Amino acid sequence: MNNPTEYLPRSYHTRVSTYWWLARWAYVKFILREASSVFVAWIVVVTLLQIRALTRGPADYAELQNSLRSPLLLTLNAVSLAFVIFHAVTWFNLAPKAMVIRLRGKRLSSLAIAAPNYVAWVVISAAIAWILLRG
Amino acid sequence: MANRITLEVTRYNPAHDEKPRPDTYEVPLRKEWVVLDALNYIKDHLDGSLSFRWSCRMGVCGSCGMMVNGVPKLTCATFLSDYAPGPVRVEPMSHFPVLRDLVVDTSDFLVKLAKSKPWIIRKVEKPLDEEYFQTPEQMDAYKQFSMCINCMLCYAACPVYGLDSLFSGPAAIALAQRYNLDSRDQGASDRLDILSHHEGIWGCTFVGECTQVCPKNVDPAAAIQQYKLTATMEWLKALVLPRGAE
Repeated sequence: MNNPTEYLPRSYHTRVSTYWWLARWAYVKFILREASSVFVAWIVVVTLLQIRALTRGPADYAELQNSLRSPLLLTLNAVSLAFVIFHAVTWFNLAPKAMVIRLRGKRLSSLAIAAPNYVAWVVISAAIAWILLRG
Repeated sequence: MANRITLEVTRYNPAHDEKPRPDTYEVPLRKEWVVLDALNYIKDHLDGSLSFRWSCRMGVCGSCGMMVNGVPKLTCATFLSDYAPGPVRVEPMSHFPVLRDLVVDTSDFLVKLAKSKPWIIRKVEKPLDEEYFQTPEQMDAYKQFSMCINCMLCYAACPVYGLDSLFSGPAAIALAQRYNLDSRDQGASDRLDILSHHEGIWGCTFVGECTQVCPKNVDPAAAIQQYKLTATMEWLKALVLPRGAE
């Protein structure tokens, strides 16, 4: 929008393109990180359906498990898993930005804040794997 | 190393151009030359009408910010040889209105900066002969954010600011946080309204590019995320505690 007046200089305003996020890899990564929330929501829905089927008995659960084996859902869930991992990793890495923890006057390093998140992730995943795989 | 390199420089004369257009110039490629040296070469030897801002040539004044191959850079700290064999695209900083060639209108940032009250606010002033002491730890709490040189590269990198010019933007918020974290300051509550506004910290979607392009490692993205935490705590306190409680 040009606005010529007697006193103010005319200026040129560039509009941001709809495809601005394709201009740089960092922006693409940001959009993927934001889009990952859709896949996180899908995984939540699947988990809720599984819990509902479990409460209704073995027959319902088996039926749900069977329907989840369709190639379409298998593909969707594989893609979702990739996005959920991407979501977790990016947010774990961003956690040190939002948290300033001082210990004996010195600021804790980014690694010291991000690492416990990863450790908790591995421990909880291992615990769930142990519960599922032992019997 | 070839001894010449081509620069594609954006030209715009508001008197007779409808919109900016690129113009190409061939300049000597010298190992010790930065993009700003090349622009000065063009102005001295090829086209004296080329307009751009610069002052200190040592990454302190924050005047010479431009887009170099699409990335916001201080042109005094961006070596030509890193872009060899070229061509190197030099454009005015994104998201700001262009006044002429590589010169942008920074008024919007200056208004926002003043709104975030980047100065020490005291509710009670000490007598003039008394000092405000500060320990190294207390200084450490805000020092990183005080390194900002107002170069506005973070605004040129921020897609949120590009899409919504009402957004306060990275530097204004980082500088507000610089004073909020200063042990001598008592103005955090004065800044809360403007920072905690929808167009303040909550406009930020944490793209993080402001931090990537900052030439002074200020990390505005961190300042904003940390303030989101503070503002949430203040909101909770206001919700839970009776009115008037501190």
